[in-house]
Amino acid sequence: MNAIWNSLGWFGEPGRWSGPDGIPTRLLEHLWYSLLAFAITAAIALPLGLVLGHLRRGRVAAAAGFLVTASANAARALPTLGLLILAVILTSAGDLVPILIPLIALAIPPVLVNAHAGVRQVEPGLRDAAEGMGMTGRQVLVRVELPVAMPLILLGLRTALIQIISTATIAAYVGLGGLGRYIVDGYSRQDYDSMAGGAILVIVLALAAQLAFAVLERLVVSPGVRPAARGRARPGTKRRARGAPDAIPAEGRGALGGSR
Amino acid sequence: MITFDGVTKRYPDGTVAVDGLDLEIPVGRITVLVGPSGCGKTTTLRMINRMVEPTAGTVTVDGRDVRGVDPPTLRRGIGYVIQQAGLFPHRTVVDNIATVPYLLGWDKKKARARAYELMERVGLDPALARRYPAQLSGGQQQRVGVARALAADPPILLMDEPFSAVDPIVRAGLQEEFLRLQRELEKTIVFVTHDIDEAVKLGHRIAVFRVGGVLAQYATPDELLDRPADDFVADFLGGERGIRRLRFFKELDEEEAAGGGTAGGRTGSGGTAAGGDDRTAAAGR
Repeated sequence: MNAIWNSLGWFGEPGRWSGPDGIPTRLLEHLWYSLLAFAITAAIALPLGLVLGHLRRGRVAAAAGFLVTASANAARALPTLGLLILAVILTSAGDLVPILIPLIALAIPPVLVNAHAGVRQVEPGLRDAAEGMGMTGRQVLVRVELPVAMPLILLGLRTALIQIISTATIAAYVGLGGLGRYIVDGYSRQDYDSMAGGAILVIVLALAAQLAFAVLERLVVSPGVRPAARGRARPGTKRRARGAPDAIPAEGRGALGGSR
Repeated sequence: MITFDGVTKRYPDGTVAVDGLDLEIPVGRITVLVGPSGCGKTTTLRMINRMVEPTAGTVTVDGRDVRGVDPPTLRRGIGYVIQQAGLFPHRTVVDNIATVPYLLGWDKKKARARAYELMERVGLDPALARRYPAQLSGGQQQRVGVARALAADPPILLMDEPFSAVDPIVRAGLQEEFLRLQRELEKTIVFVTHDIDEAVKLGHRIAVFRVGGVLAQYATPDELLDRPADDFVADFLGGERGIRRLRFFKELDEEEAAGGGTAGGRTGSGGTAAGGDDRTAAAGR
């Protein structure tokens, strides 16, 4: 308990809330690295996962499924810190690139695997109905598969963002800013209050990301496919007599494709 | 009129789903494709809207080869209803029904007005309009499926086992209403089922398929019951007992018609419900 009280005192120290080593600056730096890495991750992994999931039949689809799972497993086995040091040694392009590489490598698997699995799990009957009514391939993807897969897609994005936020602390190892500074500098100065303070800030930021996703989910997921909505059929209405295979993946299932 | 001319569908693995099919499907009538599983009835249906492409032969609609029309355009002009309804879980009932009008670029207001009109047509309470499919019963979902197929008023309707996922009592009600609707609309309907009793009840013409995609007999229900073309068809009809029972129901219907029975009286009568159970039992043998 004492350690926590002490670290709370750290938050009140003079100069903590202003200047280049103040919390607002470090927070903005941390957010900047995180959101940049997150945006690049989403721009790469999301379209790739959606399109590969959309190809369901034939050898291409089988190869795509194998590729997604294999690359995701491989990427997850990468040691983030090692990758960072390697990136620092190998790249000379600016100081931001080395930190973005491990963050993106870390965040691509959950986004890719969930987008791929989400689209693949859309009930074949839905796709058949959509095509049979005259939707083009792109319309099937955008108007049916994407909204139905949305809960899983958001789960993947949320996992990725939270992992990025927690891992972005390693930027401090290579001389960049961010909340990791408090942890790394605190460690070298044996200033445990600073380390605890930095850790608390990272946790708060991760929780804020979680909250942002909860809000986003309410905005972009149709009530018809929200995990909670299915049990909410009003009294007097019968549930499907003979259930079609669930079109709505339960939250958590297939989160990283590990159980598939 | 939909015409199949020497149509064969062979899959790359050598399986023949449909074998040299010649068939003429009349305008404004219900034509039922019936047969055991693996007989190619669904494949036949799906060749009309190019969900499946034939290996040989041509399919024409009103004299036009369907291969001359690009699939999305062709399909937007043909209603399509499938088993389990295939409703979009993320869209409300009214937006599900308006799917094809949206695809055709109707404005939202007009498309929704049309959807409400159709809900009434197929016997759905307008209060259900803002619900999502998971909040409906199986029977209600099938009605939404039919309304959705009718939304852009297509002249042709393809129905693939639309009533097979609901219980027998609900199914009997849906069949009655389907017949009532068809008397008003007079669409050209191609209806796939594995249930011969459903075929006899709904079809003006019945095409019986055997495994391997060969057309065994194409006739009116009366002809089919009186003169089955061969042992396979006779077996499929369920033997003498089945035929007698079907006649019995037909006589019942005629009696009721003579007695001025209304549609409501028919659906409400215990006879129809019991008949539904009975027929399922017969089909299950």
